[in-house]
Amino acid sequence: MTNVQALPTLAPEGAGHFSYPVPAPARDHRHLLGLEGMPRETLLELLEDGQCYRDQMDRGGIASHALDGVTVCNAFFENSTRTRLSFELAERRMGATVVSFSATDSSTAKGETLLDTMKVIEAMGVDMVVVRHASSGAAAYLANHLQGSVINAGDGTHEHPTQGLLDLLTLRQVWSGRFEGRKLAIVGDIMHSRVARSAIHGLVTLGVQVALAGPATLMPAGIESLGARIAPTADDAIAGADAVMALRLQKERMEQGLLASAGEYTKHWGIDARRARLLRPHGVIMHPGPVNRGVELMPDVADSKRSVILEQVTNGVAMRCAALERCAAESRNVA
Amino acid sequence: MSARARIHGARHWKTGELVDVVIVAGVIEAVAPAGVLPERPEEARFDAEGAVLAPGLVDLHVHLREPGQGTKETIATGTRAAAAGGFTDVACMPNTSPVLDEPARIEWVLNRAREAGHCRVHPIGAVTLGQLGEQLAPLLALRDAGAAAFSDDGHPIASAEMMRRALEYARPTGCPIVCHEEDPTLRGRGHMNEGAVSARLGIRGIPAAAETIMVRRDVELAELTGGRVHLAHLSTAGSFESLRDAHRRGLAVSGETCPHYWMLTDEAVEGYDTAAKMNPPLRSEADRQATIAAIVDGTIDCLATDHAPHTAEEKAQPFDQAPFGIVGLETALALTITGLVRPGHVTLERAIELWTDAPRRVFGLPRVAVEVGSPADLVLFDPDAEWTVEPERFHSKGRNTPFAGRTLAGRVLATWLAGATTHVDPERERRLLAGKRSPVGAK
Repeated sequence: MTNVQALPTLAPEGAGHFSYPVPAPARDHRHLLGLEGMPRETLLELLEDGQCYRDQMDRGGIASHALDGVTVCNAFFENSTRTRLSFELAERRMGATVVSFSATDSSTAKGETLLDTMKVIEAMGVDMVVVRHASSGAAAYLANHLQGSVINAGDGTHEHPTQGLLDLLTLRQVWSGRFEGRKLAIVGDIMHSRVARSAIHGLVTLGVQVALAGPATLMPAGIESLGARIAPTADDAIAGADAVMALRLQKERMEQGLLASAGEYTKHWGIDARRARLLRPHGVIMHPGPVNRGVELMPDVADSKRSVILEQVTNGVAMRCAALERCAAESRNVA
Repeated sequence: MSARARIHGARHWKTGELVDVVIVAGVIEAVAPAGVLPERPEEARFDAEGAVLAPGLVDLHVHLREPGQGTKETIATGTRAAAAGGFTDVACMPNTSPVLDEPARIEWVLNRAREAGHCRVHPIGAVTLGQLGEQLAPLLALRDAGAAAFSDDGHPIASAEMMRRALEYARPTGCPIVCHEEDPTLRGRGHMNEGAVSARLGIRGIPAAAETIMVRRDVELAELTGGRVHLAHLSTAGSFESLRDAHRRGLAVSGETCPHYWMLTDEAVEGYDTAAKMNPPLRSEADRQATIAAIVDGTIDCLATDHAPHTAEEKAQPFDQAPFGIVGLETALALTITGLVRPGHVTLERAIELWTDAPRRVFGLPRVAVEVGSPADLVLFDPDAEWTVEPERFHSKGRNTPFAGRTLAGRVLATWLAGATTHVDPERERRLLAGKRSPVGAK
């Protein structure tokens, strides 16, 4: 071996190492792909709009023409009831023409790719696509390849931005609009949760201190890089917090060897009355639903005065109205 | 081709002198200071214009995709791409359809490669039938048919017992077993390196330990069996540490790494770029630094590309559905110069050695040198010429590279295989055609 330098040397800063800019679709406001990187002002504007729609709902209903003449397709490649209904209601209240379909993997099983399926739908004259898909990045992928707006209704284990926004709107109401310095705990299966990722991005941007707790097998390596703290126990995360968000525990986690039993999970990570009392006096309980009663959330806690779970659902329709309006307006600006 | 040809005014890769190289019947007949040997009228002449002349590059890790996957690549297009990258020798992996686990299939590949004529191809036979990890392939017969090594590349051999038997059984052939090191259970259904980026993107991760554990296992099995292990496409700091340990213990273990592991990290996956999806995955910055350190201190025995072409359709899918692999033949030399030589990690001479003498030693291939009597398997390149990677101009059918649009230093100007020209830089060719002289061996 000749000419080998005696000592290993480290590369100078940046040498031979390419940097990667943020992909274009994430900065294109015609789309809503995630809350990562969304500026604070944009978030606050969206929440303000969402609150206006919520006020309209409380006064008897939303009567908007923001989506008049707009055709929206709700493309759900994964099963969902609540998110799809929530989107459909929001779209109809805004005057959109709405088509929806649910197809688990049937179209891909026929050999048609996701992109081909969506191009066919777009060719029918669809302006906006609300997409849920099992692959992380599927929404960004479609935004890259389709002409119209793409709204992410959940992509794999990546993001679920309208859920994140409705969580923020709920907290905005509970906290009277003051996010800075608040503390929130997210407890459960962080690994597989797109709800958690969107919530973390939005909360951190607004200055909320986020603590994560859950079994180590369900805590993804490196998640603290999103700006959240990993707490050693559920109690530690919840103590002194202004809100706790319990995540749904899927039964297949036991089959996958990620957990021993639902009982053990409940004992260590389930939100019961004792853990709820660790919150600050006006602390609230949140859950993206559907709730596994008695697993991640005890029934008495889910139905307690501290629970804002149904508020989250109502806010979901309002928040989706605001998000749809914004994407439609941006599309008109571009066109 | 002309029986007699001359490469005039090339810089010898080792001595740095300007030389003329005279080739007769595919063999180097003379190497002399430029302009000293009298020219003969029948001689074809190629003006090197001071570019560097080195032995043809050797890539021990290429997927030529035939038989059976001709939409991704063919032996003809893959070896043409190799010539464009300055390679005269490539070893091709057996994860084709069907798998190269029968002597007749090895012979078929050799015949197709001979017909194409762009490269010497050294087929690698499967270790187990169908690469299923269950039953040994006929290693001795594969060797007799022309296999240069054995590998279940793409399908790591999960059973330590099976790997042990394979190493023992292959021992009399003298051929290494090329190991794709990933524990299949630990890798699971991961699609990228496990870390902050995978956590943020919500992509299931593959921990570095999936590779490191298998490397450790096979180093121990090399000691147990006395068999020859060649560790393919190493990417983790832990793997390099194990290879270092194996060298210290004097075991018959060698290892390679690939340009993407010193050029990129898992941040390249940002935006779900499937052109940055390969196996093993792009790792952390610490692993990238460890890759460079392992090249610098001689732990790494040779370089390879893991050229893995896929169709545009296959790669244009959501990240978790797209196949693993990137092409590498046509960017390898430039990535080596850009990422290793220019920042001062290794000299140009050492970099070339890692693509020539070093891989030849690992597979026991005949020596090639820029000296009298050697086969005229040569590459001429300009280490300073900068160019922009345009995948649509690749000779490979695969356009799946994470380096598209990047400007790199180091351009291959011409490649010769036994004196026959297998590649001339298109720009150079235009100039040559406009001029008076024809390139060496022009058809």
